[in-house]
Amino acid sequence: MPTRRAKIPATKYPVERFSLDNGLRVVLTPDRSAPVIGVAVVYDVGIRSEPEGRTGFAHLFEHLMFQGSENLEKLAHFRHVQGAGGTFNGSTHLDYTDYFETLPSNALERALFLEADRMRGPRLTEENLRNQVDVVKEEIRVNVLNRPYGGFPWLTLPPVMFDTFPNAHDGYGSFDDLESATVADAADFFRRYYASGNAVLAVSGDVDVAEATELIQRHFGDVPARPAPRRPDFTEPDLTAERRASYPDKLAPLPAVAGAWRVPDPVDDFAGYLPYVVLAEVLTDGDASRLVERLVQRDRTVTSLGGYLGFMGDPFDVRDPTALLLQAHLPPGGDVDKVLRTIDEELDRLATDGLTEGELARTQARMATHLLRDTDAVLGRALRMAVLEQQRGEPGLLNELPRLVGEVTEEQVRAAAATLRPERRASIEVIAGGAR
Amino acid sequence: MTATVETGTRPLPPLGPNRKLKLPKQAERTLANGLTVIAVRRPAVPLVELRLWMPFGRTHLARGAMLAETILSGTATMTANQIAAELQRVGGGLSAGVDPDRLMLSGAGLVTGLDRMLEILADVLTGATYPAEWVDTERDRLVDRIQVAQSQPAHLARTALLKRIYGRHPYAVQTPEPDQVRAVRPPALRKLHAERVHPAGAVLVLVGDVQPERAVDAAEQALGGWRGGGHPAELPPAPPLEPGPLLLVDRPGSVQSSLRLALPAVPRTHPDHAALQLANLVFGGYFSSRWVENIREDKGYTYGPHSLVEHSVAGSVLVAGAEVATEVTAPALLETMYELGRLASLPVRPEELEQARQYALGTLQLGMSTQAGLASLTSAYAGNGLRLDFLAEHAARLAKATVADVAEAGARYLSPAKAVTVVLGDADRVAGALSALTPVRTESA
Repeated sequence: MPTRRAKIPATKYPVERFSLDNGLRVVLTPDRSAPVIGVAVVYDVGIRSEPEGRTGFAHLFEHLMFQGSENLEKLAHFRHVQGAGGTFNGSTHLDYTDYFETLPSNALERALFLEADRMRGPRLTEENLRNQVDVVKEEIRVNVLNRPYGGFPWLTLPPVMFDTFPNAHDGYGSFDDLESATVADAADFFRRYYASGNAVLAVSGDVDVAEATELIQRHFGDVPARPAPRRPDFTEPDLTAERRASYPDKLAPLPAVAGAWRVPDPVDDFAGYLPYVVLAEVLTDGDASRLVERLVQRDRTVTSLGGYLGFMGDPFDVRDPTALLLQAHLPPGGDVDKVLRTIDEELDRLATDGLTEGELARTQARMATHLLRDTDAVLGRALRMAVLEQQRGEPGLLNELPRLVGEVTEEQVRAAAATLRPERRASIEVIAGGAR
Repeated sequence: MTATVETGTRPLPPLGPNRKLKLPKQAERTLANGLTVIAVRRPAVPLVELRLWMPFGRTHLARGAMLAETILSGTATMTANQIAAELQRVGGGLSAGVDPDRLMLSGAGLVTGLDRMLEILADVLTGATYPAEWVDTERDRLVDRIQVAQSQPAHLARTALLKRIYGRHPYAVQTPEPDQVRAVRPPALRKLHAERVHPAGAVLVLVGDVQPERAVDAAEQALGGWRGGGHPAELPPAPPLEPGPLLLVDRPGSVQSSLRLALPAVPRTHPDHAALQLANLVFGGYFSSRWVENIREDKGYTYGPHSLVEHSVAGSVLVAGAEVATEVTAPALLETMYELGRLASLPVRPEELEQARQYALGTLQLGMSTQAGLASLTSAYAGNGLRLDFLAEHAARLAKATVADVAEAGARYLSPAKAVTVVLGDADRVAGALSALTPVRTESA
């Protein structure tokens, strides 16, 4: 069989960057191959910035940004985007909150108008707030309370691994905290974090750079200037002793476990961080990966397995502190201790004996496919580049990722594996309480 | 009560001129063995998407499910790990899935690896061995997964709805029971493969940074030797919906109720289809619909209600679903009936129709703008006997549907009297209030 490694291809999406006088940073990445555009606005505030006693507030506030603004009644945003043939959404992450649309390119100016209007200020009313608290509670019931493994492990592992409120708390929020949120809280949150200087606008797809620049200036140029707030220090020391916790899930039919280890700072130490991104794939990507081969196929001690960077599975849009996570569902009556011991053994073996012939190259080729596939959607490009601009000032890194992943060496992957020691691990176990 | 901003007077910018739907360059060939190959050029990223659709109706449910789990687990020349590793080497991957219509092998990889992916695909199609040890492992895993699915309200609600809609039709049960899976052995899988994994009637779609004719040549080269006579298994037409009492499936302790309604629908090529799609959008088929604006944005009963026309080979059906708080189950049903009733008995406003029309036309463009989207669309169309040029025809029908057409479709398809309704929830807490609205029959989950 041929062992020649596949050449890792690259994309060459052009990147234009500039800032408006009010501090808004802008990224344009034109691509005229299809008549569609992606528009993303990213604010540098997320779950970690929520005040104590207001868990879930960043996400609740994201909902309020869709409830009308200076020139838009409630429901108008949705209707204007969809009535232009587009789709929209927003999402709240640990370190940022994004708002986005993808539309036929004849709707560029409309999308810019809609985003600028809410950047000037949402309509925050008691009625909208109460309505969206109800909607968010139903969202939490669908995604967490009424299903097995709800919030596992993204909500249940951080409190084991971290000690400080910003990193440890439940980002969906408690019903008590959500219900006690006020319009005044929302107005403060907007003034503080939704500043033009704290935002990035990215536009991708079928646009002419000169025309788009002029339209952006027209619609965003008079958004009042407010500076970015100082970003608090969220760092925490690494673990020095293993931490484990467990909880019963009365809906879950099978036991499950997730373990996490801290990794280098994804922004300040990108070169040190990348080997962990590759390591997660070496361990868990597909039937030919190490842990799937060992735990699923040989030992049959787990029934499904995943490994990734970042509690929300976001390797390139999260800041420090973050982690490499491994998670597994076990067969009925499965032994979590044994699974964790086997993972330790496999990490040891990888660190000691290294990789097999071709193992790294094929994993890197597969990662290139995943990365390229993600950027094929025009909106994916806008969102990724907006966050790369915000966190690194380097949106063009998107073009470089497949190559950089491909340059990670075997030595680096081994060294990364060697740091995933049990004494640095936090883990959470789901005790099955399902009826079946 | 404070508002952050004063009401303003800036005008909404108009839309620019619509770009006409442009079909990508493509090639198609039906090989001597009966396999149809369609290749579509979309060179945006240096990848290729692959979808192989094989007719698979009326197969044994548990064996079919297990075949999909194990078809990639070994051939005469490769173990499962070698298959996975060889695919990875070219940035590729394949996965298999079944539904009552088809067996699908799908994947994506670096376009430089297309030949190798096709070669491995051919090896699997002509020589999958179903090794006993792998089948054992995958059998247990499938049982585990079914048990997890059976603990999920969305799955349970879907299962109950399908059974209620389809009765004795093969679509009625789409997930095997664990005991049926436990009984599947490798010889049964090899037999099923020999009987049903055939090129006749199958469609291979390749989309990406390819020259279409050359991609079709490559597929012919790799898959021309795939043999096997057709084993035609026509699905009977899906039965018409039979409205009756609301079926309440008890899930004690549930903090939400899963509300599901099925309504009649027509296939994509039916003259009513465009108007039905628009009527459905106005009802609940997108965020800016009456149903979402009512039960989410006005009343806060739910997070994500949604309504969709589902097309299968043996028939089409419109399914509306919402997860609502237990205490508002009956009021949510009342509002749902009200919104359906409005669609069925009053014409939509012209601006509502225009908004839905723009959405339907715009999302066609968006769906075609990625390799993966284009591949899935091409494959879904081909599985139902259509080609991409149908997009232009469908767009033209959407463009010319009138308020009267949509009103007629509303009356014909969205009438609440025609709905089959299933609710999964805590019967002790919701049965009383539901019974005040409509006759209810209760079952345990």
